Amino acid sequence: MLPETLLLRLELMALSDLYTSILDNDRLEDWPGMFVDDCLYEIIPRENEEMGLPAPVMLCDNIRMLRDRVVALRHANIYEKVAYRHMVSGLEFTAAEDGTITATSSYVVVNTSLAGFSEVYQAGSYRDIIVRTEMGLRYKSRRCVFDTLKVQTLLAVPI
Amino acid sequence: MNGTVKGAPRRRRVFPNADGSRVSYEVFSSQDIYDREQERIYRGPTWSFLGFEAEIPNPGDYKASFIGDTPVVMVRAEDGTLAAWVNRCAHRGAMVCRHLRGNALTFNCIYHQWSFGTKGNLQGVPFRRGQKDATGMPKDFDPAKHNLRQLRVESFRGLVFATFSDSVEDLATYIGPEMRPFVERIFHKPIEYLGCTRQYSDSNWKLYMENVKDPYHASLLHLFHTTFNIFRVGMKAKCIPDARHGLHSIIYVAKNDEQNASEYKSGNIRSYDDGFKLEDDSILAMHQEYEEVTTNHIQPIFPQLVIQQIHNTLVARQLLPKGPDHFELIFHFFGYTDDTPELRRLRLKQANLVGPAGYISMEDTEATELVQRGTASDGDLTSVIEMSRAAPDEQNTLISESLVRRFWVGYEALMQLDGTLSGAAA
Repeated sequence: MLPETLLLRLELMALSDLYTSILDNDRLEDWPGMFVDDCLYEIIPRENEEMGLPAPVMLCDNIRMLRDRVVALRHANIYEKVAYRHMVSGLEFTAAEDGTITATSSYVVVNTSLAGFSEVYQAGSYRDIIVRTEMGLRYKSRRCVFDTLKVQTLLAVPI
Repeated sequence: MNGTVKGAPRRRRVFPNADGSRVSYEVFSSQDIYDREQERIYRGPTWSFLGFEAEIPNPGDYKASFIGDTPVVMVRAEDGTLAAWVNRCAHRGAMVCRHLRGNALTFNCIYHQWSFGTKGNLQGVPFRRGQKDATGMPKDFDPAKHNLRQLRVESFRGLVFATFSDSVEDLATYIGPEMRPFVERIFHKPIEYLGCTRQYSDSNWKLYMENVKDPYHASLLHLFHTTFNIFRVGMKAKCIPDARHGLHSIIYVAKNDEQNASEYKSGNIRSYDDGFKLEDDSILAMHQEYEEVTTNHIQPIFPQLVIQQIHNTLVARQLLPKGPDHFELIFHFFGYTDDTPELRRLRLKQANLVGPAGYISMEDTEATELVQRGTASDGDLTSVIEMSRAAPDEQNTLISESLVRRFWVGYEALMQLDGTLSGAAA
């Protein structure tokens, strides 16, 4: 029998791995399902975060906005096809009495262009609030606070 | 492509037509032309946007930025005035200020600890008087002659600009009578800085300038509205250049006066039932905060500012050249100090429309990079900029490239690239 915290760690890693697999394998339609309906998804420069300034690169405050983003990416916006590879590490978490989990981890996203060049596209930190639902663990909040000062060309696909 | 400006007379003109309707591709990739821009535009008779006064409210607050590719720092001095200086030690040329932002009353160069005040005056030189057997600086060393390079600084409605030029007119005159009312429209009351996002593009800065003066591309490149069947009804458009040099301009899309504001409660939009629909269309809501309900206000103030209001999102975009084939775009988001919490939330939500991940802006850098790659190899070929050329004074349509042509005419007036054709011999 594994200790409870180790079990929880495995569950969180499975959640994170599924998230990575969805984004790295162009399964965008499955991405909103990683979140609860009343969720927050945000990509914000660390520069703003550290100064307490709110300007985001992307900000969705409910699951409908996540689905809108996916439809826009599939049918409206024009951008060079993305080939992300997420590397996630350094998971730390605490669980509150009501089961809500607060977690942080580091990420590096390498993107490969159509021309075949693989470059570090973004490095940052996930700041998560995770809740247990009937469907399993889901993100209540996932904030991507990125260190990389500049976004190269554009940011279409979520991190 | 090399040596087109300096040296031998040109074989052909960069701008074959006087009306700016043909532009040789070399302007987007020539290092010589880029170097000449630094001299004749950025260090020439222009005012460059550095940031908001609201970013540096307290004495000692500073922000590092650029004029063209020269690093400069804007500072709030002890006496409350604004200062700006080139971020390069007067001693051996090291960058003095190493942080993007902060607060300091003294700026020390780390290399030899020369120290400068907020206005860039040299305050201290270690071992100036020597020590023991060392003689120190020579007797004729005059600290007053070794300040940081100080720039003229002015603010217009809280927007801070600086210039290398002693001769350029004051800032308000430079912005000009056509553009001032539109700047005042956005900056009519105190603002609050909300942070910035930065985008880096592998294309020439002027391709972005063309983009913000080109309403023709808007509904064709950016398919967000059409994909979601969002139709704006009864909008009127204005495209106005600065009358003197055509380098500043505004594209302005507003509702018709006769229409009832109540129609616009749901964001000035109508959508059909078929096709895609936004599940959360609050992203396109419009809270009326100006006399005229405007969906788009895109106003470049040459050479490195674009003031933008799209719905309720407010941005000062700073355009910085980074070599012939790169530029950086810094989106300075702001609201007003008297925003209600609801309005502030709406502004941040609508940040999704603009910036590096913007629903109606992300394609712009994709397009400018395609032009960069497409034009890099054949500098003597030209763009074709003809739309609405037969009606140069028509200002009430978006199907126009008139502002782009006016830009190139104004650009050439500053650059005198073709002046070297006949003028070089004279």
